[in-house]
Amino acid sequence: MANRPSWVPEDVDMEVPSPARMYDALLGGSHNFAVDRQAAAAATGLVPDLPAVAVSNRAFLRRVVRHLLDAGIRQFVDIGAGIPTVANTHELIAEAQPAARVVYVDIDPVAVAHAQALLAGVPDAITLRGDLRYPEALLAEPALRDFIDFTQPVAILFIAVLHLLTDADQPAKSVAALRDAVAPGSYLAISHLSSARRPQAAAQLADHAARQSRVPITFRSREEITAFFDGLALVEPGVVELPAWRPDAGDPADAARSLGLAGLGRRL
Amino acid sequence: MNAYPPPDGAPSPHDAVARFARRWAAALGGTSDAPMSQPELQAFLEELSQKLAAAIREDTVEAQADAVAVALIRANFHTTAALRRTMEVFAEGFLDELRGEPGADDELKLRARLGQLLGGVSAGFAQGLQERTRAEQERLQRAALKAVRTADRDRRTVEARFRAVFADAAVGIGMVDLTGRVLDVNAAFARMLGFRPEEVRGRTVAEIIGSSAQAATSTRYLDLLTGGRDHFRTETARVRPDGTRLILDLSMSMVRDDDGNPDFVIGVAVDITERRQLQDQLWHESRHDSLTGLPNRTLFAEELAERLTQPACGRLGLSFLDLDGFKDINDSLGHAVGDQLLVAVARRLEEAVAQGDRLVARLGGDEFVVLDDDCVGDAAVVGPAEAILEALQVPFIVGGRELTISASIGVVDSRAVGTDPQALMRAADITLYRAKAEGKSRLARYDPRDSARQITQHTLATALPAALTRDEFFCDYQPIVGLDDGRLRGVEALIRWQHPQLGIVGPNQFIPVAEETGHIAAVGRWVLSAACRQAGRWAAQNPTLTCYISVNVAVGQLRQPGLVDDVMQVLAASGIPAEHLQLELTESAVLGDDRGPADELRRLADAGVRLAIDDFGTGYANLAYLTRLPVCQVKLAGEFLKPLRTGRSVDPKHDIVLASIIALAHDLGLSVTAEGVEHQAQADRLRALGCDAAQGWLFARPGPAEQVGQLIALQNRRS
Repeated sequence: MANRPSWVPEDVDMEVPSPARMYDALLGGSHNFAVDRQAAAAATGLVPDLPAVAVSNRAFLRRVVRHLLDAGIRQFVDIGAGIPTVANTHELIAEAQPAARVVYVDIDPVAVAHAQALLAGVPDAITLRGDLRYPEALLAEPALRDFIDFTQPVAILFIAVLHLLTDADQPAKSVAALRDAVAPGSYLAISHLSSARRPQAAAQLADHAARQSRVPITFRSREEITAFFDGLALVEPGVVELPAWRPDAGDPADAARSLGLAGLGRRL
Repeated sequence: MNAYPPPDGAPSPHDAVARFARRWAAALGGTSDAPMSQPELQAFLEELSQKLAAAIREDTVEAQADAVAVALIRANFHTTAALRRTMEVFAEGFLDELRGEPGADDELKLRARLGQLLGGVSAGFAQGLQERTRAEQERLQRAALKAVRTADRDRRTVEARFRAVFADAAVGIGMVDLTGRVLDVNAAFARMLGFRPEEVRGRTVAEIIGSSAQAATSTRYLDLLTGGRDHFRTETARVRPDGTRLILDLSMSMVRDDDGNPDFVIGVAVDITERRQLQDQLWHESRHDSLTGLPNRTLFAEELAERLTQPACGRLGLSFLDLDGFKDINDSLGHAVGDQLLVAVARRLEEAVAQGDRLVARLGGDEFVVLDDDCVGDAAVVGPAEAILEALQVPFIVGGRELTISASIGVVDSRAVGTDPQALMRAADITLYRAKAEGKSRLARYDPRDSARQITQHTLATALPAALTRDEFFCDYQPIVGLDDGRLRGVEALIRWQHPQLGIVGPNQFIPVAEETGHIAAVGRWVLSAACRQAGRWAAQNPTLTCYISVNVAVGQLRQPGLVDDVMQVLAASGIPAEHLQLELTESAVLGDDRGPADELRRLADAGVRLAIDDFGTGYANLAYLTRLPVCQVKLAGEFLKPLRTGRSVDPKHDIVLASIIALAHDLGLSVTAEGVEHQAQADRLRALGCDAAQGWLFARPGPAEQVGQLIALQNRRS
């Protein structure tokens, strides 16, 4: 797989659960097939509050995008965007003044096709098919370079995507490559499934994914996730449980039940 | 008093709805992923609550419930949990918040309208959710279809590219199934094999390439099919149906299916016929002589080495030949004629010896070699050489001119030399040299002694220049005594070479080498100078001493100009008078040549230097020259004294010869010194015959200068 030439077309296999559609199923959406729902249900069977984890991840996305807009960021690259249904980045930035724009990137051809259909009338968002494991190829993508001005600050969002890369895929290398490609003043936002709080649940889910899915999940420790921010200045409060990252008043903040960590780093 | 008293602490309708909205927002928390913060959510729900409150008051529930349900779903509160919580919070508390409001007084009416509201929101929610789900599913299906179409299109694009690569490639590409049947070949491959693509498809490999498949290729092909290897590359020669040959660089690879099982074999072929022909041509040119077309030195060396390593190689005969006087032909008739002659000789050689595996090669210039690795018996080893000598008897016609040329041939037999190619070639060279030296137009067979001699001579020749600068030479001195009184008449200086590896080397070994290599003048000057210097030392220590120092002069020294000047300089430097220096010359040195040395010798004699003939009587017995040369002494070679060894069995005839020589010398005014005197009997007889002086082990062996010094001292004391 690692040596697969980019010009060999990938198979589109709807018989296999896709992480993007499983995530949609966990959020109660209908952009998914029976296989995806079955997989999501099986995972929820192991960890019943998994849908809440998904919701809490979506809440982090909302908060971090709003924070970045407040910080003056007007360019977003959302890697592993999945199916950008309601309440996704392009809706969060829709009212920004001056206007902001977002590039969605995903490896799943169905998610990409869906997003492209969904965003057909949206001028400030485009969707590209890309593989985070080959950041140089991604950065060389002409549509990306046409849409994003890399001489200006940009926010790269890795929302619930890096745990889909195994250590052999060298995710830190990919993050570093993107970090090095952006201008000073840019941000990298990461949310990541973590074994820090609930090692048993993490182990069960990882084991399930390894056996049932083509895409394994790698739960990482706080140290490993913090290391993704090497070379960046961490924004307060640092790498914390998902609900604890700059919660709005009234947000549910049960950090003890969290299965994920999140953080935001700024390139100096 | 104020006519409009403030409300009696009861909550305003607005506050009540806001309170309800907060309860509602708390109930919805965590049920959905709506993109709202808590305050936003409260504001959103407060608006909906106001609408529903108005609807209950004004009895417009039916219309409003639907709109509220749609708004909730749009805001992403689309889960069943969101609906249940909404129903619960309305059922529990909505009416409480409305009581006291205008038009909210009829409890029964209110309850009925709340029931309508709950039913309406539920129905609207169900409808909205169904629509949303259908829309999402439809969008997803469309996206999936599009993704599949995109993938198909990409695949078709890639396939089209591959088809283009396959069809238009300059390299041959073919696919063969596991039974050997050709699935497809491209035009290039078919063309290489001499077919059209449709003639090849469906046929088996064996049918197309016939039985010409080479064993090694077949083995590897089988290996490929049985999974022993996944890839191999080979060069293979084929014959097309039209009979033309081609050479392919062929790569075969096993293609496996998704489960890793062999699926089919792909072959990629490049026609390297021309490249190979060019390589062959270059190989041939680099290994053949362009003039005669014979194998050259490179090919000969390779062949020799190869044949020597082959176990089947029996006795190998090597005939190395060189044309006699070819240089003269080149010089006198021109190179064009010389070249034509070489070509003619090459053809003649081939005709004379070409049979079996014999190899005829030209090593360069007029040197040729014949290699025969199938010799049986001694006669066979010299067979080619004899045939060549005979073949060269017939004159050549070159440029309308009849030319006769002979050859000298050195014949070497691997049985005598061994199987080291270099040793064989060296032996051949030495043997050829001897064939030339023994007179031309002949063959010489290898003699191990040639080799030993040659090796030492070679060693000495290369070491000689350094020996001179490193002062490796020294002299031994042997007294010459008068037979009548036993007193010292002279001392012969004998040069020695203290060779760092070989030890002490005598002049018989290295003087000929010095002559050949042109170092004789320097060696001669050295010994002359060393001997005279020593004589000067003795003279200085013994003012009354009258004996001479006798130094050998080699043939080569006499032929070099400047001998006389050298002698004069040495005499001047050492301070001894010319009369005390004797130069010993061999008969061959003073004979043969006519005037040159004679003049030199006369000048030396005129200066007072004594001249002696060394080894007298061993060579050319022409005594006439003695009358023409200013010689004062003859030295009888030790050979003459052998019959006198015991003094008992004197051969009368020999005695007469010896007596005659001594008498003749005396008659010519020459003194006679006998060399190699080892026994008293010899000395006695020589004395009886009138011989003047003698040297030899009987008196003293050659030794260091001190030995002579002691003798002089002893003699001084006696007198």
